[in-house]
Amino acid sequence: MTTITVNGSAHEVAVDPTTPLLYWLRDALGLNGAKYGCGLGQCGACTVVVEGEAVMSCVVPVVALDGKHVTTLEGLGTADAPGPLQRAFIDEQAAQCGFCIPGMIMRAEALLARRPDASDAEIRATLQTNLCRCGTHMRILKAVRRGADAMRAASPPAARPVRLGDAR
Amino acid sequence: MTAPLVIDRRTVLRGTGALVLGFALRPVGAAEAAEPAGEGGGATGPRDLPGSLKTTPLVDSWIRVAADGNVEVLTGKAELGQGIATALVQLAAEELDLPLARVTIRTADTATTADEGYTAGSHSMQDSGSAIRAAAAEVRGLLVGEAATRWAVPAEALRVEGGAVLAPDGRRFGFGDLVSATLLHVEATPHPALKPPGRYAVVGQAVPRRDIPAKVTGGAIYVQDLRPAGMVHARVIRPPAPGARLQSLDDAAVRATPGVVAVVRDGDFLAVAAETEWGAVEAMRRLAAAARWSTPAASLPTDRPAGRAIRALPARDTVILDRGAPPAGDGLRRFASDFTRPYQAHGSIGPSCAVAHLDGDTLTVWTHTQGVFPDRAAIAEMLGFPPARVRCIHTQGSGCYGHNGADDAAGDAALVARALPGRPVRLQLMREQEAAWEPFGPAMLTRAEAALDADGRIADWSYGVWSNTHNMRPGGAGALLAARLLAKPFAPPEPKPIPQPEGGGDRNAIPLYALPNARVTHHFVPDMPLRVSAMRALGAYANVFSIESFMDELARASAQDPIAFRLRHLDDPRARDVVARARDEAAWTGRPRVPGRGRGFAFARYKNLAAYCAVAVEVEVDRDTGRLRLARAVAAVDGGQVVNPDGLRNQIEGAILQSMSWTLYEEVGFDAAGVTSVDWATYPILRFDAVPDTVEVHLVDRPGQPFLGCGECGQGPTAAAIANAVADATGARLRDLPLTRERVLAALAV
Amino acid sequence: MARRSLLVSLAALVVIGVGGAAAALAWHPALPPAERPAAASFDPALVKRGATLAALGNCAGCHSAPGRPPLAGGLPVETPFGAVYASNITPDTEAGIGHWSEAAFRRAMRDGVDRDGRNLYPAFPYNHYTLVTDDDDAALYAYLMTREAADSAVPSPALPFPLNVRAVMAGWNLLFFRPGTYAPDPARGPDWNRGAYLVEGLGHCGACHTPHGPLGEEKAGEHLAGGAAEGWTAYALNGASPAPVPWTVDAMALYLRHGWQAEHGVARGPMALVTANLGRVPEADARAMATYLVSLMGRGAEPAPPAAKPGLPPASAGSQVAVAAGNGRGAALYAGACASCHEAGRALPYGGLALALSTALHAPDPTNLVVVTLHGLAAPVGAGGPIMPGFAGALDDDDLAALLSYLRGDIAKAPAWPDLPATIRRVRARDATLVASDGTGTAPADPQVRIAR
Repeated sequence: MTTITVNGSAHEVAVDPTTPLLYWLRDALGLNGAKYGCGLGQCGACTVVVEGEAVMSCVVPVVALDGKHVTTLEGLGTADAPGPLQRAFIDEQAAQCGFCIPGMIMRAEALLARRPDASDAEIRATLQTNLCRCGTHMRILKAVRRGADAMRAASPPAARPVRLGDAR
Repeated sequence: MTAPLVIDRRTVLRGTGALVLGFALRPVGAAEAAEPAGEGGGATGPRDLPGSLKTTPLVDSWIRVAADGNVEVLTGKAELGQGIATALVQLAAEELDLPLARVTIRTADTATTADEGYTAGSHSMQDSGSAIRAAAAEVRGLLVGEAATRWAVPAEALRVEGGAVLAPDGRRFGFGDLVSATLLHVEATPHPALKPPGRYAVVGQAVPRRDIPAKVTGGAIYVQDLRPAGMVHARVIRPPAPGARLQSLDDAAVRATPGVVAVVRDGDFLAVAAETEWGAVEAMRRLAAAARWSTPAASLPTDRPAGRAIRALPARDTVILDRGAPPAGDGLRRFASDFTRPYQAHGSIGPSCAVAHLDGDTLTVWTHTQGVFPDRAAIAEMLGFPPARVRCIHTQGSGCYGHNGADDAAGDAALVARALPGRPVRLQLMREQEAAWEPFGPAMLTRAEAALDADGRIADWSYGVWSNTHNMRPGGAGALLAARLLAKPFAPPEPKPIPQPEGGGDRNAIPLYALPNARVTHHFVPDMPLRVSAMRALGAYANVFSIESFMDELARASAQDPIAFRLRHLDDPRARDVVARARDEAAWTGRPRVPGRGRGFAFARYKNLAAYCAVAVEVEVDRDTGRLRLARAVAAVDGGQVVNPDGLRNQIEGAILQSMSWTLYEEVGFDAAGVTSVDWATYPILRFDAVPDTVEVHLVDRPGQPFLGCGECGQGPTAAAIANAVADATGARLRDLPLTRERVLAALAV
Repeated sequence: MARRSLLVSLAALVVIGVGGAAAALAWHPALPPAERPAAASFDPALVKRGATLAALGNCAGCHSAPGRPPLAGGLPVETPFGAVYASNITPDTEAGIGHWSEAAFRRAMRDGVDRDGRNLYPAFPYNHYTLVTDDDDAALYAYLMTREAADSAVPSPALPFPLNVRAVMAGWNLLFFRPGTYAPDPARGPDWNRGAYLVEGLGHCGACHTPHGPLGEEKAGEHLAGGAAEGWTAYALNGASPAPVPWTVDAMALYLRHGWQAEHGVARGPMALVTANLGRVPEADARAMATYLVSLMGRGAEPAPPAAKPGLPPASAGSQVAVAAGNGRGAALYAGACASCHEAGRALPYGGLALALSTALHAPDPTNLVVVTLHGLAAPVGAGGPIMPGFAGALDDDDLAALLSYLRGDIAKAPAWPDLPATIRRVRARDATLVASDGTGTAPADPQVRIAR
């Protein structure tokens, strides 16, 4: 039996092992954050964080996630108590239709956990895999920068674990 | 209530509270007047009332006051991510002097809100904003009047504060104390006492949008997120090409698969429903493999640019401007240029989705359509239901930017729901289905001709635009893809042009410039090789690209500064202001030139009756690879009275970046047999590495002036400004969209 | 390379370097600074020919770095000994080659010596460029001197002693460098000779596709037998070519100009830069290169028979097809992660290659398959092209090994790679150059660096 921990809670997986993570998160757990955009790993709307790395959940079968920790947008905070990056997106009003935003936030979250001092160029390069159609890009970049600054201010570098590797 | 999202119909009814008795959406006799006109909506009724009050004049169709004094705003427009819901709340709160927290809003729903047609054409503030502001002012007057009557004091002596009417002696009535079932159930008056703009407290403020917290935290805000009890997941199987017929289907294995609830087939319409979403996807794939389709003749035009193929088709010509007469030829320099725009896709990030539920007699459809009433009409006709048995509730989806697959998905879901009474059906299109079957923004060709006199003024102007219709939206069932596939199919509606002054293909075909002699002809092409419909800005995108590129050509050919040249031909003072503002903010004259970069400028007033927008850009040209990069954009916009400046900036920034993506990259791919651009590998759009260094939006606020629609005003000017910057950098003029690097290299090689 | 052998090699090089003969070889006169020629002084036709030659030589591949002006250098080129930075070859008189005469430029190409008389490092492939004719050098010179001048300075090489003494390169030259222009083979036709001239000269294919010895030299006797480049394997272009479908001249010519071929897949990594450049050269040149290369592959080594080609997809569902998952973890991973693209049967270059056709699966070394699976294929900037997500975060080493073993055994029907887990660990620890299929860079985290350590 496959067990996946999502946002801190362990779940036994009762679906076919080839089922993409996206469908299990939405269907079995009722989570909304990860979105179906293309099913081909081309747009990033389905991005979640697995063990600290941003992952396109539409092309990752649940069989690959046995024993792993998955964080979705819901794991970062709530509308009443948003996490620092979510707060930054609200403060910058960085959404129009908003459909791509969960993926943007999760990819940025993985980046900032690994590189709290990420440069603007690094943020752009990291978000390259994720598409926005409304043209909210400038605000998304500002929000990630703002979120990075807030996260750094809240937690001095020494207090955070260092992650190696920079998977794109 | 943050989201206008109601899954349970009983909640809807409860939400209207005690004051719903006797509520009727329209006074008797007004129903016929509500037929949507033009692109935006129903704001063209007989009465001399602001905005959509013309067609829906009852005050309580727009504003309701609950017993606790809180206010609910009702709009027939839809929140598409453009921030309309927040702006409308600001207007009502302002006129009622209520804290924002005490005002909620319900958006487009055929059971509860006014019919405002489509949420399109940058109409929402003009139609719904004007109506809601006036209705709120009306409510304020009615409440004050009621208090005055009860206290037997003159209304002028009373004031309104914090949701209460106050008398000079300190007595107070909360709004809820004053309201009754009938008080607000009256027609609006033509000239309610509006608050003077100088006293605005929340209008003009950057109020945070109400939908954003849920969007950034995973709240159930999209139609994709609905999960009513008992819901099944459905997928359609589209034909392999337009015109292909389903010849045989061996669906026994799919039907026998555990979790598959139904295979629904009607003619060439094929869908499958399953208990889980992944089950539905897998069943769709297997059903697709089990279906045999005919191969229709491959007959799509292969001429490129695609706009040239449109020009080759029969056209119905309408002269939409005929001013002066062509001057005699002596001493004039004559110019002529053709411009083309390809088919382009809305390209919503989330493929379209709908939830439909046949519960007893009534079919409820949660849809991200831009027009719940027209969508209802189409679905009802397709199913043979009276419209009263169909309810369409707008629920947000991925951004649409016009007529994308939303209505199709609603129609698809309705057909499956009819086959599964009692079970809510969530139907979502796959990426390839959205991309290949959505109605595209039409390919167009324009031809601009002009003559300059010895003084460098435009002595003569002639312009023609060849285009399909830009509006194949629902209303009739034939607008729904599924309805065309049924065993008893509905024919697509006859394509019609949208008349001036808004125009469709000819939107913004008439320049705003003061031209003594000018002729403009709309060559309307009824035959549609590819499925087309409304895409953000309609024909204005290509027409402004063409006209503003051509203005640049004329300025360059006569060695005039392109901005000064425009100002020489602009009389409208607001237009002049916007042009000057963009020029100054961009430091057009003083800024040092960067090697390898060109500067470009363009201006238009959207539809010649909505927002004014001028855009200045700097574009980098890599002469070796032909790559263009928009490095900097500075826009100035006059949208009349600004309600939410941050929301407006967000819209304009988005318009600039989206238009940049259209302009540099985008073209629907198709061969003779069908569409070949079916995903993001085949239909590339802007990614982060090409995002400009800076985008500035400067607003020219016009307190007290009417709202001018802004959502689409940046599309055309951005395109022309980019092309003009390329000409500035290289001397090469690109007249065919998109400005791909192959075209740049070809132009530079000449 | 083991540290000990490196030190031994360096010591040997020093001995040679200080040898009298080498010292004599090391000395080249500085050529006088020339007045920067006006762009208008060059014949446009010559400039245009130079542009084609620059594309054939992939000059921009090293001399243009993300975030810097074109040809302004600055890109660190990793060598086994440390980073060498590509120079600024714009006509800027300070930072670039504005003061170089045509003679100085020709000497650099022919002899690997800069205008000041200093030896260049062989990261600049003068061992190939020496074959270039005077006429072609003149055209290249005309092209470069008519580019936009950029004053971007370039860092000094980060090499350890004694390699930081440029004269030491004289010893290297003595051992490995044979100057002289290309001598046509009279037994071969003009196409073959043109191809050989381009492949061995400007094209410098051997710089990557020939294995390198301990001193960074191309190994004698293993010409184009397969090498490495920037974290990738450069496949053998001789009889040992691992392509499951033998290359033909038509197929190779198309691949070189378009970056993909239906039976071989798409170029990625540094090869995508090459094919993006070759897209701008005359078809005849690409065909000549293909003629020469395919002749090198010969017909001696019989390639494995190709697996069945994909059938037509059910177009009604777009690219989405039903896949019956095989047995085992690798098969399940393939069905859930790969099949939606790779079994779609959608035409290349946009769809995923049917993996039975993949050279990477059939190669003796799994490096490229691991790199692609971990990092994917980046989307080209504003152009159509294949997109593949990276699976570095999604698949751990065990799952990756299970998946790739399944691909190797069940799809390629080839014997297991003995060193797969080690390769996976090695590739994970070291980034590879990632380039979109149209040759656009992927804007790496630090825009100054294309090749991360």
